[in-house]
Amino acid sequence: MNMLHTVNKSPFENSSVTSCISMCAKDNSILFIEDAVISVMKATKFTEMIESSLKDFNMYALKPDLEARGLSLDNVIEGVKIVGYEEFVDLTTEHDSVQSWL
Amino acid sequence: MKLGILINEGPYQHQASDTALQYVKAAIEKGHEIYRVFFYNDGVNNATRLATPPQDDRNITKEWSALAKNHGIDLVVCVAAAQRRGILDKGEAERNGKDSDNIEEGFRISGLGQLVEAGIQSDRLITFGD
Amino acid sequence: MSEDAIIKKFMYVNRKSPYGTIYALESLEVVLITAAFDQEVSLTFTDDGVYQLMKDQKTDGIGMKNFSSTYAALGDYEIKKIFIDKESLEERGLVLSDLQELVWEDEDEDYAEKSSINLVSRADLSKIMNEQDIVMSF
Repeated sequence: MNMLHTVNKSPFENSSVTSCISMCAKDNSILFIEDAVISVMKATKFTEMIESSLKDFNMYALKPDLEARGLSLDNVIEGVKIVGYEEFVDLTTEHDSVQSWL
Repeated sequence: MKLGILINEGPYQHQASDTALQYVKAAIEKGHEIYRVFFYNDGVNNATRLATPPQDDRNITKEWSALAKNHGIDLVVCVAAAQRRGILDKGEAERNGKDSDNIEEGFRISGLGQLVEAGIQSDRLITFGD
Repeated sequence: MSEDAIIKKFMYVNRKSPYGTIYALESLEVVLITAAFDQEVSLTFTDDGVYQLMKDQKTDGIGMKNFSSTYAALGDYEIKKIFIDKESLEERGLVLSDLQELVWEDEDEDYAEKSSINLVSRADLSKIMNEQDIVMSF
């Protein structure tokens, strides 16, 4: 079984991102959407946590949410894949199940 | 694939319903079947036809309604959650002695069993919420 | 009904304290309905969700209905798998005895009461979550 996790909260706001990462099984995927896209930016206090988690999980961030918030795609942590809604759909169908960390 | 969608937040306050709309449109475009969209928690507020957003803003309720009409998507609003928040169809309004109903075309009110059934029948269940 | 043949693993993940928002209460409503569909249901309490099971909840002062006794009925609905995240308890200075005892009756052993509560590490929880067909988080 391989699960896709989605997170939609900024790590500065609550513990959803950190809880998701700590309860994610190895080789699972995490998709950052809505305010959670803040998590994948370089030079924040969460950058190191995300970078070190990339060893264990596939990470994706939703491009329209990055763009809407004026976050430069160039400043996204390397290794995090930038995807659109079409790929969001593919991710949900390619994984066995989806958990949304609300 | 058959996809079930759960929406737990109302329109405008949270991006949840907007993201769900974009996701559902992309899924339809890719040829997937949307088995059902179930509205729960404050998500039931997506179903009121009385909402009147400013003209230069999107009308989320109308967008869902249009998707239901054009693609035959089953939009189901949880009856218990809807009663708490004043979302009523004609039958519910009459049963509860209310002077009007407010549900938008394309939405229907039913029980939580419809959510569980969507979980059972769909290949994936995807939740959008707060 | 054709869906009777399909039994899926449903897990409900509770991450929020009760009363501040309606999620705990409305999550419980879905859980009970799911059990009525004869599905394999489990519940996880993690992050502030562990507060949902606190003993001695008194809601008179806030004018809201105390629904904490409903958790005790989960066993009657054949819900026997309740997972409590150990780290979340510890982070909050709580121990298992601060929470309600939840039990189910084993018909095969003359209705002996057995605990439904499993105290698990996040590492174990991640494995259990990964085995689920449907995960709903409230």
